[in-house]
Amino acid sequence: MSMDLRTISITPLRQTFGHLARRMGADKPATRYMEATMDLQPVENYHYRPTWEPQYEIFDARRTRIVMHDWYALKDPRQYYYGPWTLARGRMGETAGGDFDLVDELGLAAAYPAEGRDLALRVLLPLRHVAWASNINNAYVSAYGYGIAITQAACYASMDQLGVAQYVTRLAIAFDDLESLASAKSAWLEGREWQELRHFVEDLMVEHDWFALLVAQDFVIDGLLYPLLYERFNDKLNAAYGPVFSMLTRFQREWAGETAKWIDSVLKVAAGESPENKAQLAVWINDFRERTVKALTPIATIAFGDKATAMLDEVILQLNTRAAKAGIPL
Amino acid sequence: MDMKTSKKLGLKERYTMMTRDLAWDTTYQPMDKVFPQVGYEGIKIHDWDKWEDPFRLTMDAYWKYQAEKERKLYAILDAFNQNNGHLSVTDGRYINVLKLFLGSTPPLELMAARGFSMVGRQMVGAGPRVACQMQAVDEYRHFQTQIHSISNYNKFYNGMDEFAHQQSRMWYLSDGKSFFDDAITAGPFEFMVAIGFAFEYVLTNILFVPFISGAAYNGDMAAMTVGFSAQSDEARHMTLGLECIKFMLEQDPDNLAIVQRWIDKWTWRGTRKLASVGMMMDYMLPKRIMSFKEAWEIYFEQNGAALFTDLARYGVTIPKCFAQTVEEKEHVTHQSWLGFYMKPESTPFHTWIPGPDELDWLSEKYPNTFDKYYRPMYEYLDAQEKAGNRFNNKTQPMNCQVCVNTIKYNEPGDPMEMCFRETVYQGEKFHFCSGHCQEIFEDEPEKYIQTYISSHQALQGNCAPEGVDTHAPDFNPGSHIADYWRLDPRATGDFNGSEDQKNFAAWRDLATKN
Ligand SMILES: [Fe+2]
Ligand SMILES: [Fe+2]
Ligand SMILES: [Zn+2]
Repeated sequence: MSMDLRTISITPLRQTFGHLARRMGADKPATRYMEATMDLQPVENYHYRPTWEPQYEIFDARRTRIVMHDWYALKDPRQYYYGPWTLARGRMGETAGGDFDLVDELGLAAAYPAEGRDLALRVLLPLRHVAWASNINNAYVSAYGYGIAITQAACYASMDQLGVAQYVTRLAIAFDDLESLASAKSAWLEGREWQELRHFVEDLMVEHDWFALLVAQDFVIDGLLYPLLYERFNDKLNAAYGPVFSMLTRFQREWAGETAKWIDSVLKVAAGESPENKAQLAVWINDFRERTVKALTPIATIAFGDKATAMLDEVILQLNTRAAKAGIPL
Repeated sequence: MDMKTSKKLGLKERYTMMTRDLAWDTTYQPMDKVFPQVGYEGIKIHDWDKWEDPFRLTMDAYWKYQAEKERKLYAILDAFNQNNGHLSVTDGRYINVLKLFLGSTPPLELMAARGFSMVGRQMVGAGPRVACQMQAVDEYRHFQTQIHSISNYNKFYNGMDEFAHQQSRMWYLSDGKSFFDDAITAGPFEFMVAIGFAFEYVLTNILFVPFISGAAYNGDMAAMTVGFSAQSDEARHMTLGLECIKFMLEQDPDNLAIVQRWIDKWTWRGTRKLASVGMMMDYMLPKRIMSFKEAWEIYFEQNGAALFTDLARYGVTIPKCFAQTVEEKEHVTHQSWLGFYMKPESTPFHTWIPGPDELDWLSEKYPNTFDKYYRPMYEYLDAQEKAGNRFNNKTQPMNCQVCVNTIKYNEPGDPMEMCFRETVYQGEKFHFCSGHCQEIFEDEPEKYIQTYISSHQALQGNCAPEGVDTHAPDFNPGSHIADYWRLDPRATGDFNGSEDQKNFAAWRDLATKN
C-alpha cells in the first residue's frame, strides 16, 4: 500500500528515547549504535533466581571482580551493532573468498614448496582449536557479562572466532590435505608442543570471572599469538616460499588489527575507572602473559628455530606497550 | 572419509569439519566442570554426536546473507523515515500497535539473545552449541532492527520514549518478563523447550504473521520490512527448536516425561502471553487482517495439531492446555482490551471503544461470544463515556502467581464465572488464573514463590521513583507509581482527544492536500 505524500517538514516532539537523552544530557538525535546498545539490559525486578546459580541474579554485576558505576562506558569504538558488524565481516569474507578462489584457480597451493607447506600447516592448523576455545569463552562473556555494550561485542567476537577457526580449516582444504587436519588435531591433543596452550585454554573454560576471560582471550592470547604467527611467521613464509599463506590468512590479520582497537579501549576505560580495577587488570595481564608465553615458546621454536626468543620478545614488548597505553602499568 | 579428496567433500562432511571437528573433549579440566549445567535437569544424553545439524551455515556464508539483508533493510528504513512514512499508515490509532510492540517485543528478543548465548556456552555438543550461538547473534539483530524501525515514530508520537525504563517496571509488561525470566533461569534443556520449541516453533507464527501482515495492511513499511527480514532467521530458529526436541527424545526414553511436562508448561505460558497479540489483531489494527480466533485456528489448532501428530511417534502428546486454549480463543482478546480500556491512567498507549463497523466485525468474527458477553459491555462503557462518566478502575488487580496476568479469565465451560485457583504453600496463600498455572506452581513452588508481581510490590511501597523516601510517614504507595513508570500523561487514556490524534490528523492533512 502506498500513499502519495507531499514532502513536508514537521517538527518532531522529541529527538530520541528518554534513556538516551538522559545519558547524553540533552534531547538530541542518538546514533543507531546508541539506540541498539545503551541501557537495554534489564537491571531490576527479576522474577526468579537462576536455578543454575542461585547465588546470583539473572544479570549480576558481581560475576566479575571489575567494578564499574556505568557498564555502558565500555563502548565499542567501532560502534558495532549487528548491522555494521555483519557488513564489515561480509566485506572481509568477500575478499577472503576471492583469495581462496584465486589460489585455487592459479594452482598456487599445489605449486607451493612442500617444505614450506608442511611447516606452515604444522604451525597454523592447530590454531583452529585455539580459535574454538576463544569462541566458547567469548560466548561465556556474551551470556554472563553485564550490559549490552560488552555482551554484544563479545557475541560478535565469539562468532568471529568461529569464522577464524573455519578459515584456518580451509587452509587444509586449499592444500587438498585433510590428513594434515587430522594430524593437527592429534598434535593439539597429544603433541607436547601444544599442551601448555591447550591446558591454558581449558583452564579458562572453567574461569568464572567473565572479565578475566576477555583479558585472557582477547587481549593476552590474541595479542601475542596473532602478531607472532599471523604476522611474523607469515612474513617468514612469504620471504622463504612466496605469499600464498599471506593471501589465505588475510582475514585473521585484518580482524586482529580491528579487534585490538576494541579490547584496548575496553581495558582503558575499565582501568581508568578505579585503582582497584587497574591493579586487578595488571594482575591478570601479568599472569596470563606468563602462561601464554610459556605456551607459545615451543610453537615459536618450531616456527622460528633459533629466532624464537627474539620474536617472542618483540610481541611481548608490543603487548606491554598496548597495556601501558591503556593505562595499565605492568 | 577419503582423506585426500577434500575438494569433493559433501556438504555435511564439510560442515562437520567446520564445526564439530574443531571441538575436543577436555582433559586438563573435567568435562562436567567445563559444562556444569547439562546434568541437573535430569535429561540424559548418551551421544552428542547423534545431533543432526538443523542447518549448515558456515560463518562466511552467514555474513554474506545477513549483510545483504541488513543493507536492504536499512535502505528501506532510511527512505521511509525521510519521506515521513509514518503519515502513510491507515490511521493514527495504528501507532498504538507499535507502542505495545516496542514495549513488549525488543526486550524479549534481548532476553533471547542472552539466553541463547548461555545455551550456546553450556551445551556439550559442538553442533547444538554453534546453532544456539548463531541464534543468539540473530536475536541481537532482532531487538536492534525493531528499535531502529520504531525510533522515528518515537520522534513524533507519545508513549514510546521510555520503553527501556518501563520494560522491568510496567505492570502489563510483566507477563513477558516473567515468561523469559522463567525460561532463562531454568536449565539449558528447559530453555530450549521453552524458547526454541514452544515459543519459536509452536507459537511464533501467531506472534509474527499478524504483526507483519498487520503492518503491511496498515501501510507501515518500516515494521513490515523488519518483520519480513527477520523471517528467514526465524526459519532457522524453528528448525533448531524442533531438532532439539527430537534429539532429547531419541537419546533416552526417560527424557519423554520431562520433555512432555515442559511442553505442557511452556505452551500454556506462551498462550497466556499471546493474549495481547490477539488484542492487537482484533482491536488495534485499523485495517484488520483476520481475527485472533481465525489465526489461532490456523496456526495453533491446525498447524500445531499436525506438528504434534508428527511428534506422536516419540510418545509426545498434544499439550494439556490445548482444549482450554480452543475455548478461550473466543474470549481472551475481548477480556484483554476491556481490561486495558478500564485502566486509562496506566498504559503508555491509548485505548478506544471500537466504532460501530468494528463492533459489527467483531460480532461476525465471534458469533458465539461477542454479542452475548462483550458487545453489551462496550455499549455500556460507550454510553458512560459520552455521558462524561468514563470508566476508570483504580483498584489494584489480583495477579496470577505464575503467569502474572490479571486474574480475569473465565472458568472453563462457564463464561460468566471468573476462574480462580489458590494453593497454600508454607502457610502462605497463592492465587492463580487457571488450573494450568496452579499446576506449574505446584511442580516447582520454590521457584514460583519468587515471582515479582508489580501490584503487590506497589502496595508494599517498593515502586517508588528514585529519590522518594518510602519510609516517610506520609508516603502513599499508589501516588508515585506513574513517576516510577516514567509514564507520560499525554500517552495515556483515550485516543480520542489525544495529542497523537491531533498531530497525526494535522500532519497528514498537510502532507496530502494540494
Ligand atoms: Fe527473534
Ligand atoms: Fe527467533
Ligand atoms: Zn496464570
